This record gives sequence, structure tokens and C-alpha cells, in this order.
Amino acid sequence: MIPPAFEYHAPGSIDDAVALLSQYGDEAKILAGGHSLLPMMKLRFAEPEHLVDINNIDSLKGISEENGTIVIGAMTSENELIASSLLQEKCPLLPEAARQIADPQVRNRGTIGGDIAHGDPGNDHPALMLALDARFTLVGANGSREVAAQDFFLGTFYTALEADEILTEIRIAAQPAGTGASYQKLKRKTGDYATAAAAAVITMAGDTCQSVRISLTNLGATALRATAAETVLTGQKITEDLINQAAAKAMEICDPSEDLRGDAEYKTQMGGEMTRRAIREAVQRAGGN
Amino acid sequence: MSAAPDTLERQDQLQGIGCSRKRKEDPRFIQGKGLYVDDVKLPGMLFGAVVRSPFAHAKVISINKEKALALPGVHAVITAADLKPLGLHWMPTLAGDTQAVLADEKVCFQQQEVAMVVADDRYIAADGAELVEVEYLQLPALVDPHKAMDDDAPIIREDLVGKDEAGQGKRTHNNHIFTWDVGDKEATDRAFDEAAITVSEKILNPRVHPSPLETCGCVASFDKVKGDLTIYITSQAPHIVRTVVTLLSGIPESKVRVISPDIGGGFGNKVGIYPGYVCAIVSSIVLGRPVKWIENRIDNLSTTAFARDYHGTGELAADKNGVIKALRFHALADHGAFNAHAQPTKWPAGLFSICTGSYDIPVAYARVDGVYTNKAPGGVAYRCSFRVTEAVYLIERMIDVLAQKLDIDKAEIRRRNFIKAEQFPYQSALGWEYDSGNYLPALEKVLEACDYEGLRKEQADKRARGELMGIGLCTFTEIVGAGPSKACDVLGVGMFDSCEIRVHPTGSAIARMGTITQGQGHQTTYAQIIASELGLSSDDIQIEEGDTDTAPYGLGTYGSRSTPVGGAATAMAARALRAKAQKIAAHLLEVSPEDVEWDVDRFHVKGNPEAVKTMKEVAWAAYNNVPEGMEMGLETVNYYDPPNFTYPFGIYLCVVDIDRHTGETTVRRFYALDDCGTRINPMIIEGQIHGGLNEAFAVAMGQLISFDEDGNLQGNTLMDYFIPTFVETPHWETDFTVTPSPHHPLGAKGVAESPHVGGIPCFSNAIVDAFAHKGVTHIDMPHTAYNLWKTIHELGLDT
Ligand SMILES: Cc1cc2nc3c(=O)[nH]c(=O)nc-3n(C[C@H](O)[C@H](O)[C@H](O)COP(=O)(O)OP(=O)(O)OC[C@H]3O[C@@H](n4cnc5c(N)ncnc54)[C@H](O)[C@@H]3O)c2cc1C
Repeated sequence: MIPPAFEYHAPGSIDDAVALLSQYGDEAKILAGGHSLLPMMKLRFAEPEHLVDINNIDSLKGISEENGTIVIGAMTSENELIASSLLQEKCPLLPEAARQIADPQVRNRGTIGGDIAHGDPGNDHPALMLALDARFTLVGANGSREVAAQDFFLGTFYTALEADEILTEIRIAAQPAGTGASYQKLKRKTGDYATAAAAAVITMAGDTCQSVRISLTNLGATALRATAAETVLTGQKITEDLINQAAAKAMEICDPSEDLRGDAEYKTQMGGEMTRRAIREAVQRAGGN
Repeated sequence: MSAAPDTLERQDQLQGIGCSRKRKEDPRFIQGKGLYVDDVKLPGMLFGAVVRSPFAHAKVISINKEKALALPGVHAVITAADLKPLGLHWMPTLAGDTQAVLADEKVCFQQQEVAMVVADDRYIAADGAELVEVEYLQLPALVDPHKAMDDDAPIIREDLVGKDEAGQGKRTHNNHIFTWDVGDKEATDRAFDEAAITVSEKILNPRVHPSPLETCGCVASFDKVKGDLTIYITSQAPHIVRTVVTLLSGIPESKVRVISPDIGGGFGNKVGIYPGYVCAIVSSIVLGRPVKWIENRIDNLSTTAFARDYHGTGELAADKNGVIKALRFHALADHGAFNAHAQPTKWPAGLFSICTGSYDIPVAYARVDGVYTNKAPGGVAYRCSFRVTEAVYLIERMIDVLAQKLDIDKAEIRRRNFIKAEQFPYQSALGWEYDSGNYLPALEKVLEACDYEGLRKEQADKRARGELMGIGLCTFTEIVGAGPSKACDVLGVGMFDSCEIRVHPTGSAIARMGTITQGQGHQTTYAQIIASELGLSSDDIQIEEGDTDTAPYGLGTYGSRSTPVGGAATAMAARALRAKAQKIAAHLLEVSPEDVEWDVDRFHVKGNPEAVKTMKEVAWAAYNNVPEGMEMGLETVNYYDPPNFTYPFGIYLCVVDIDRHTGETTVRRFYALDDCGTRINPMIIEGQIHGGLNEAFAVAMGQLISFDEDGNLQGNTLMDYFIPTFVETPHWETDFTVTPSPHHPLGAKGVAESPHVGGIPCFSNAIVDAFAHKGVTHIDMPHTAYNLWKTIHELGLDT
């Protein structure tokens, strides 16, 4: 439980951080909240020679609204998401889901940016980002670019981030009226990753589902978007039967690996059950039945 | 006649027996001022890190220390080869076996200790441990205890080949440790043959780990000049450690000082002697500098003991009314690679023979076979007396199985089988004399408090709607307070315990015991006993434990023995002082000792309440004015050898709702009635019950140390190993009755383990009850959502 020696850097600006990343390349790792990185270092699964701590960079923190788009600094902690009245009003899914991440101690340090950048399919934010159709701003030696969540998660611990890039902010477009969302997470206990979880964001027009995004946590190599399940619901009156059909479609894309949380069959079944529950609740919150 | 108000007031001021006073230890704990082993820092201290085996079973071909030794700051790398000349590469276990301190030619479980690197600090030590190169030749691993005695099973203990004994009687196979049995087998078999009804069930107590908050560790400090050795250690039995260290090292016991400072929970995990301790001690002796070794969580969960791993078969024979006629229990005990079972030395299956429980069972036979497997050694008593959880689990599950078979209500079948109040002291079929008990009124109290009838009606309605609701009952009897030295010893030392009290001239006191608190609140409870016995305020009574240089010899704290044995010693020591004080008081009052009377905190002359000497006045006189021929001072020591164990009991009721889609359980209600005899500090008792129920909940619902087929341990961190937080923990309702122990000086019985022992079967009984209408008679622990979903899914209840 003791990491090997490493060099510690604490730059005060994004530019300085990027410069350090450019200089050390693969030997460097960004340190955000440390709650994914440090356990791996203590187990010596990760042995970076340089740690670039970005906690001193104030411009990476905070939650604001720009022309209806919600902008969240990558270094915003889970507890700050939970406490944000802006999010509670404009994007309640995030605080609701953040409350289900880890435990209060971890949420106090763990950041939304780190949760996304880590590329762990067990993390909750990736699926949330897919469901919210978020866009990420990445800043590197060659400047800044924007990547959609949909194009960001490439594999387990593998994302679109280049070695010299920092995820600086998360942008979430305003949701139309009549939108409801829900995140349903099955876990063994407080502080555990999901056995299976599902996010649903649904916009209803009366009884009819106008648009929907459904995504899954810890049921494959990355967070999964359940497009076939979305298709089942889009443009339809939502019935229990349809919800079951959508859940069945979601289960079809599940490819979880067995661990102590359960075997593939259980996890897949739970993926279906969480999907059902998320849809039901999202519809209800959207003002449908 | 009610006591005078003045008497009551003086009684209250003592804050003695029966008072829910605040714990004396808490101010230092809640302010972070405790002193745990890892807080001990000595000048020149080095740090040891253990190199561990990645394999469950392998030959050690070679160990190359060179690279590690070349790392600046590394002082030594110790292997079995280094310990061999000292005769320390193997050590005796509490169970009569021997255990490799460092792997001697082979490793027998994953994470087994192979070498220790001693370095300037723990960072260098960890780096050094990575640099030790060990070459292994992997061998097939034996994981399933049911296959341990197969003809072609891999031999785990090469050192025992050809030996028909491993310290616990005859063995019949290379992987066999012992067979232990008790009871009248023939009569039992006959009763089964003749019985109207028999039931049988395979019932597992899975391998779990006590997992205290603080892991194990020590600081060993050998003074080369004086030749003495001081060890700060996480030990529930510091005196035993001292004796063992002397037996192993040859250093006179007077030159070995063992100190158990504050301990962050033990639960049986800190009874044994572990290789890390021995390596730190040897390193310190060799290097002449203090050496610290502290486990991390993975080490703790993987290597320093485990509990349970009893693969049981329970059988009951009964008449058509559910009256039990005979009991036949068998357990296959997986002891891992070395038999390091924590037990009184002559009890290979601990006190498993308490398995007839609270029931009047005429004949019984129990047998346990111990086997070796490629797993960590242990078999500790996890918050219970030795193997009592396993025993109680079997009988409390089996009586439910019998009830289901006969379609008798689960409360009613207990009524029909309880030992009756007038049968105490009760001789059990397996040889115990239950000192006291009164089960039926306690059961009725709980059933009424929970509206048992109403719950059963609700359950019927829910079942009709396809919902899963379970009601669990557990009516258990424990056996604690080991124990009478005629029956119990540890490595030849009788299982007495001790208390030394010194009353100072100004009327405050210090007392020292052979027990050691790990969260039980001894510093409060013992002070309260002395307060009531000596009439001094418990505020003014210091309790000190854990330093073998100052405390009288005792066997330590586990198996709920502190109050039954140490508490009895405390009362007896205090009474001896009071007897002396009475003589001094009489002397001061110029009457004969028979003419003075004890009155809460003072003596007065019989018939003359005005002629008074308070205990404080007597204490002062003890140092300047005693009767002629009497020694001065007011101090004494008592070594108490209990005449019998004590037999606390409890009636627990649990209500669960199970989500038929996910398998998740909600514990809606848990009602725990405990009878531990005289209650010394009711608040501490309640706290202990809450803690024990939490650990019962943990074991029943989630804890498991499991292995893959190669013997790789699955899930050895707290991410997987279940420690409930306050989020998961159900709400506990507690209640009590009081049936004092007739042989304990205070009538007290020990309580902190009852909730664990009784809680586990209560949860399982509730879970199984939820499926009883579908013909399910047993489901093995842990009752995780995943496991229960499998049952639900098989029964087709999730659609
Ligand atoms: C006990 C426990 C339980 C947990 N349970 C959950 C859970 O239920 N759900 C969940 O989602 N998570 C869980 N986590 C993980 C936790 O939320 C982490 O905080 C999170 O995954 C990583 O965020 P961080 O800020 O701690 O990042 P760090 O650990 O500091 O970094 C993680 C990785 O991301 C990189 N990185 C960080 N920030 C950036 C950035 N801005 N740009 C580019 N790269 C970056 C780092 O270099 C590193 O590789 C748990 C953690 C623990 C210890």
C-alpha cells in the first residue's frame, strides 16, 4: 500500500500544467482528487514518475451558466455538484447521481473531471455524460478542442485524451421543458461501484416520448449508450410493455465481466431492471405517467 | 423496605454497578489522543515489510536478497534460512501444531510470509520488498476441504508426512488434522432409527475475517546492553505473548515486557501470534534497534487469521409434535495450511458442543474433522466464544428446518423444546452444566413486543401478492467466560484471570487486570465494580491493563471472558480489601469487626449509624493506624479460577423484505432481547449489543473470504469485504431480562458476543423464512443481493 517514489509538481495555471505534461509525456499523470489514481499507485498498478497536481488551478473549478449551457470546471468536486443550486434547478440528474458515488470522504476530493478522464467503466459520470449529451473541452500543447461524450470513451481506462491534454470543462446544453431524468444504481453498499446502473433522460410531449437518451454503467468495457432501447421509446406512448421492450434492448448490449458483485447474467438482468426503473422515474419526472 | 434518601444519593455518587455512566476512555478517543501501536515511535526505530507469496501452493526454489540489500536504507533481509540457526523458522501454534514463521522450502497459502525486509522507514522497506527475488515452482492447490482427504489430494504439510499426530490426537491422512467427537453416538443413532421424524441439512458457516479497524502490528525493541526485550503489540492476550516469547527465545520472562496499548478492535483477530511479530522481534534482537511491523488491510484480510469455515451437517430427530429426541451434528473444519486455531489448547473444536442450544435434547452426538487446505491459517473466535457461533448457527437453523417439515410455527416449536426454568442448573447431553436461564418468558416478551401474530398475518397477505417477507427468530444460549482451569488452559496456563487493586491513602485507587480492553469499555466497567464494592467513586478509580510489567498475569480478553472471569477477580479483590477495611474501621471505632456494618461507602457501628468511618477515612488509616499485627496498606491481588462457564441467552426477532427483482434485503425490524445476568453499565451493554449486531449483520449479509480454484484470494480489500457503515446498518431495538449467574460473585455473564452469535442465525432464519412457502429450507450465507437473486431466479419469482 505504499507507492514507489515520484516527483511532485503543482502548477498554478493550465499552461504550466500542459507544459509539464508535454515535457514528461507518458511518465506524467495528472493528479486531481486522487481517489482513482492514488489507490492504483498504492497497489503499484500505476507507477508514474511525475505527478502533476492541478488542484491549484482555480480556473478549473466552479459551475456556471453560459447562454443556457451549463459549464462545469473539471476540478469541481462531487460534493460541490451536490451542493450546487444551479444544478439542482437546471440539471438535477447530476447532484442526484453524485450522491450515489462512493462515500462523503471520496466525494469531498473526487472531481467530475477525474471521474470522466479516468475512463473507468465502473465510474458513474461517463454514463451520465452520455445521457446528458455533454461535451468536453480538452486543452493541450496544440490548443483547445471540444469532444462529445459520445466520442470520448474508447475503452477501459482509454479515452480520447492525449498524453499532454487536460480536460478543463464539461458543457451540458439546456434541457427542453418536459424533460425528466433518473439515475438508478444498484450497489452492494455505500462506497461501492455499481453492480449495474442506468441513466435515462426523457423529454415528453404529453404522453408521448419526444426524445430519450439511455446509458449504462459498469456493463461493458466503457459506459454504454443504449440506442436501440431509445429507439423503442422514441415517438411512442410509454407503457409498461414498452419499458420492458426497451430494457430488453438495453440488456442486449450488456457485456459485463464477472466479479464478486455478480456474474454476467445477474449484472445483465440488473442492467435491465435499472433501465426499467430509470425510464419509469424519468417519465414520471417529465410529467408523463 | 426502601433505602433512605441519603443512602440512595451516596449510591448514585459512586456511579457503580447499574449506572449508565459515560465511558472513561472516550475523552481520549474522541479527541484523537489514544495511543495505538502504530503511534509508538522509538529512537532509531526501523520498519519491516513482509515479502509474500503470490501462489497458494509452491516450492520455494531460491530467494535472492542482493538487490534489496543494495538499496540504500535497507538493513537486513530475513528468510527462513536466517531463522533456522536460531530455531525460529517454525513456531508453535495455540492448537498444538507448528507454523512456518517464514516459508521453509515451500509456501502453503497465498500471501504467506516469505521474507522480511528491514529498512530505515516504511517506504524504503516497501521498495526493498519489491526487490527481493523469489523463484517458485507452482504446485497444485487444494482449495475445497471436501477434497482434502481424497487419495490423490496434494500434500500440503510435507513436514508432517509420516506423522500420525498433529497435536490434537490421531490423524488418518496427510491433510487430516484431527477428529474430535463428543456424546453418546450409539444412543443417538438409535434415537434417530426410532424417531417418527428426522431432518437433515447441509449448513455452511463460510470463511470470514473479523477485520478490526486497526490491523495487527508491533514494535519490538531489544536492548542489547540490558538484554531485555520490550514489545508493543496489538494483542488480546499480552501475558500469553510474553510466555510464548520466552519459550521461543529463551529470554527470561522477567526480561520480556509486552505492552498492549490502545487496541482498535480485536474480535479474535488479535489473539494469535503471527509471523510478522516474530520477524520484528528477531530483527530487533539481531540488529539491536527497535523494529516496527504494521499490516496493511490486504495483509490483514489475507493472512492474519480467519474465522469459521465450518462445513456442517445438522440432523434432528423428533416426534410428530416437534419435540426433539436427538441431535447429530458434524462439521468439516477447514483450518487452512497450519492449525493455528484459537482455542483453549485441549479443545480442537472449541466449545462447539454447546450445539444443543436452549433445548432439552435427551441424546446428542457431535463430531468435527479438521483438515488442511492451501489457505491462511487461523480459526479464530470472531466475536464469539470458541466455535460457539458455528454451534448456535447449526441448532438455530435446524430447529427452523424441523418446524418447516412439521408445519409447526417457528415460535411454537421453540416453546415445545426449551429447557424449563426449573431444570436449571441443567446438564446438557454433551456435558455442560448450564448455570441458569429462563427462556420462555423472554420469548413471550419479544413476541408480544413485535406483534408476532400480526407479522405472520402480514406475511401471509404479502405472500399472496407475490412479495417476499421473512420473519426470523433466534433463541440462543451462549457459553462464555473460559474458563475453569480444570477444563481450560492455553499452552498449559490455566484460564483464570486476575485483578490487583491498590487503594491510595487519600482514597482513590488504581486497579490492574490480566485482561485487555479493545473497545469493550473495561476502564469504565471495572471501575464501576470496584466503586460499588469499595464505596469509592468510579471517577477516582483508574483501570490499567495491557502492560505485563505492571498487570498481574491473566489470559486476556476474548470469548466474553472479561466480566465473567476478570470482573469476578475484581469483585473478589475488592471484597478482600473491604474485609480488611472492616477490621481497620472497627479498630478506629474501637469495636470488634463483627460489630460494624457496611453501608454503601462507609462502615458504622451496628445500631449506631452516627459512629461512622468512611472508606476514605479507612484508606488513610491503612497507611498510619492499623490494628496491631496487621500489615499496613490497602492493596491486594486476586486470581480467579471460575467454577463454571456462564450461559447468557437471548431472544432475537428479525423482519426482512426482499426485493424480488434485485435480491436486495431490507431489514425492517430487529428486536434483540439479551439476558446477561447482572447489568453493570447498561449503556455499555447496549453499545456492545449494537456493535455485535452490526457484525452479525455483516457476516450474514455480506462477509466472505473466498478463493478461486488456484487458491487466489478473491476480494481482499474493503471494497469487496463487507463492513457495514451507518447507511447499511439496520435500526436496532434492544430489551433485556435479568437472570443472574448463580456462581459469579456479581451474577454477571458477559454480553458483547451474544449479539453476534445470536444475530447471525436470526438473519438467516428471516431470509429462509421469506422463501419457506416455496419449499426452501436453507440458504447459505452470505445473503448478498446477488446470492439471493440466484435463489429468486431459480424459483422463477423475478418475473
Ligand atoms: C472507495 C471508493 C469508492 C468509489 N466509488 C465510486 C463510485 O461509486 N462511482 C464513481 O464514479 N467513482 C467512484 N470512485 C472513484 C472516485 O469517484 C474518483 O474520485 C474518480 O474516479 C476520479 O476522480 P479524481 O478527481 O479523484 O481523479 P484522480 O484519481 O486524481 O485521477 C484519475 C485519473 O484521471 C486523470 N485526470 C484527472 N483529472 C484530469 C483532468 N482534468 N484532465 C485529464 N486527466 C485527468 C488522472 O491523471 C488519473 O489518471 C470511488 C473511489 C473510491 C476510493
